[in-house]
Amino acid sequence: MLDGRSMVRRRAGARLWLSALWLGLLCLAALLAPWVAPKDPLAQDLFLGRLPPFWVQGAEPGYWLGTDSLGRDVLSRIVHGARVALMVALVAGTVTCLVGATLGLLAGFLRGWVDMVISRLIDIWMAFPPVLFSILLIAVLGPGLWSIIIAIVVIDWTRFARVVRAEAMAQGAMDYVASARVAGRGRIGTMLREILPNVLPTIVVLLTLEMGIAVIVEAILSFVNLSISTDDPTWGGMISEGRTSIHQAWWVLVFPLVTLFLTVLSFSQLGEGLKDRFDPVLR
Amino acid sequence: MPFLRILVLRLLTTVLTLAGVAVIVFFVIRVVPGNPIAMMLPPGATEEDVARLTALYGLDKPLLTQFGIWVAGVMQGDFGTSITTRQPVLDLVLGRLPATLELSIMALVMAMILGGAAALTGTRYRGGRTEGAIDVANGMALSVPDFLWGLVLILVFGVLVPVFHISGRVTPSLELPFTTDFYLFESLVRLRLDLWADIVSHMFMPALALAIPLAAIIGQLLKQSLKETMNLDYVTLARTKGYGESRVILREALRNAALPTLTLVGVQFTFLIGGTVIIERLFSYEGLGNMAIDAVINRDLPLIQGIVILFAAIFTAVNLVVDLLYAVLNPRLRHA
Amino acid sequence: MSFLSIRNLSVRLRKGPPLLRAVSLEVAAAQVHGLVGESGAGKSMIGKAVLGILPPSVEVTGGEIWLDGVDLLRLPARVRRQKIGATCALIPQDPLTALNPSHRIGPQITDRLVDILGWTRADADARARDLLAEVQIADPDRVMRSYPHELSGGMRQRILIASAFAAEPKLIVADEPTTALDVTVQKQILKLIGGMQARHGTALLFVTHDLGVVSKVCQRLSVLYSGLVVEDTSVADFFAAPGHPYSAALLAATPKYTDPAAGLQPVPDAVIAAVRAEVAAFDAGGAHG
Repeated sequence: MLDGRSMVRRRAGARLWLSALWLGLLCLAALLAPWVAPKDPLAQDLFLGRLPPFWVQGAEPGYWLGTDSLGRDVLSRIVHGARVALMVALVAGTVTCLVGATLGLLAGFLRGWVDMVISRLIDIWMAFPPVLFSILLIAVLGPGLWSIIIAIVVIDWTRFARVVRAEAMAQGAMDYVASARVAGRGRIGTMLREILPNVLPTIVVLLTLEMGIAVIVEAILSFVNLSISTDDPTWGGMISEGRTSIHQAWWVLVFPLVTLFLTVLSFSQLGEGLKDRFDPVLR
Repeated sequence: MPFLRILVLRLLTTVLTLAGVAVIVFFVIRVVPGNPIAMMLPPGATEEDVARLTALYGLDKPLLTQFGIWVAGVMQGDFGTSITTRQPVLDLVLGRLPATLELSIMALVMAMILGGAAALTGTRYRGGRTEGAIDVANGMALSVPDFLWGLVLILVFGVLVPVFHISGRVTPSLELPFTTDFYLFESLVRLRLDLWADIVSHMFMPALALAIPLAAIIGQLLKQSLKETMNLDYVTLARTKGYGESRVILREALRNAALPTLTLVGVQFTFLIGGTVIIERLFSYEGLGNMAIDAVINRDLPLIQGIVILFAAIFTAVNLVVDLLYAVLNPRLRHA
Repeated sequence: MSFLSIRNLSVRLRKGPPLLRAVSLEVAAAQVHGLVGESGAGKSMIGKAVLGILPPSVEVTGGEIWLDGVDLLRLPARVRRQKIGATCALIPQDPLTALNPSHRIGPQITDRLVDILGWTRADADARARDLLAEVQIADPDRVMRSYPHELSGGMRQRILIASAFAAEPKLIVADEPTTALDVTVQKQILKLIGGMQARHGTALLFVTHDLGVVSKVCQRLSVLYSGLVVEDTSVADFFAAPGHPYSAALLAATPKYTDPAAGLQPVPDAVIAAVRAEVAAFDAGGAHG
């Protein structure tokens, strides 16, 4: 089915660039927020409460996407919300990846009791409902950016560990590893230099996925009012507020939702696109 | 006979896992800042009141002793008493369990129908635009979590085209003649279709939100599996007998292709159940998940414990059932 | 009038090289026609084209397939499928993959009778039992209740043979039916197929690379090289004096079990070159399909 295949390739290329574009835009917004955002995200003005977006009658110029019930500019809050979102995505995603991949690598390559302990831990961990566990951890750690990052790492490291362990076991059985050992390289050395490069594509793909998940977890925690402690706007917090005034001011919910939707979608499609790139069959 | 041995082994590991969960939860929540007793009492309560209640719930004893007491209680079926409502944890939890179960199972059924339809349609019309469109839809549904789908559904069907209810389990003004908490099931059994319709109207959107990601996974996996199966010799042979394409897919390929999908669906179903926590909150659905969030906010330690253990038990039970089902359905394993 | 008449059938990989080059052959009713050639010569492809099971990566570029008075290639898909289902059957090559592992044996024989021809289940089961007895399977009832993986390869091939005759087809395509079997079993199966063909009066298109098999079962044969028919003659004439150098070389290459000292004789390079030139000439001249 040559036609179907080429269709898939074209689509894969397109979504890779589109996702990268959106995420790049987001990064810029986050970095340049104080200069790019038209208004002060924290400035309240009750006289300007619940103004609709610019194309609807009754809108106020300068408040492009409208205002919430406290008169705060939606667009500016979304732009500033990107800071928290991306911060969490990058840091939590990377740390989770490092912790999970390391444990998975150790378990899959060293085998023996190391594998037994780590595997048992994974089983126990996977028996926890993730959202509940994260809410619980935030309650323990208190609100704040670092609490969220720690919570994500603690809950989601198993995602990397399982996959990396399986790959490491498969790779570890291969001949090139045996040759390396015969050549005199130590166990850790073999692990790092022989196996890691082959497991890397999988890890990278999972990393982008994890970033998307991190953004979602932060949004959910904000939604349940357990996120960062300051008044800094978060997309989840905006969604939570928007949910209550959904009939009177739909834009307060819609715009952060769309932003969140596109962001998560982009991370995921970025991962899929990278996976296709790495896949030798399609190349 | 080896079947029995595997079963016993699985049960042992299950118990071990649950024990691990219990230990972790117990010690984690006791590190939680915030005194549940203080939160429970009205302002102006005396030090004595606080001390008395603390002693009553055994919160003044050393951690290990508390754990020992709790385990002893569990052996006798006593999961402790909820701090916020003063009722036995077991009763509370079992009271809310049916709502969450009904929601999860409804979501599972919806996911299987949607995903199955996507996979079968994509296979029947493979190589063309239909399959391409299904792939795109699948990809999107897969990338976006249930939480976001829930919000989208609230917007679309709650505000834009208000067809379904977006809050609660049943319209509050209705009188419910039920004896169990399985509203959906019992309304059907009692042939109260008016009630059943009302309940479905409330459950539809949270269930759909939960179902969409799982449907996408099923759709993708089943389609892949079907495509591979369609290349096999026995399918080709069936074509020479005069069967049409649709018949061939359904009769010959589906059963063999569905089997590998089953185990993955089992694992993903546990994720779906985990998702009920936030979805129930989003739709104000009176289930286990919603109660769990409140329990954490109120630092209701025994209740948190009970709920987490119950979720863990459900997860392991689902995994066990899936493995059993696979062994039963695969004729090769049955006779092995 | 032959039951099966293939005229100038050309087939190729989509946007790729040709696989069949204007193949023509005739199979009379109740006759056994062999298709021989080395691997990749295209012999299986002919059988698949007749039965309408060409792989999706392959397309027909020209020619006609006349079956029982109709050109299959000019029929709408549904009608064609029904015609083939009603009058033809396949004996597949690999008995280990040709039976559905999830269904019992009984339904796999009777399904086409019940679903497509409208027989009652009782009649269909009785027919299945008769056929299984004909292929010398003891205890047909137990076999019908079994799953494929519970039976040996030889047993499964017998079942597939029985199944092929179930709807009393006028033409059966046997796609290397003995290749995947143990040598000890091959002879039995061959005898079985031959016997059933004679008893039921079915035309048989027998695909094989083994000339020995051809000598035992077929009345006529076509020799293929790279999708081109290089010889089409009666078996008697062929073994007495093959008409084409390539055929002669094939015959010479057959191991002579009775004379081990004779050794193995590969097809000479000169002969290969000559027949390749023939193919090239065909492609160059190619106004066909």
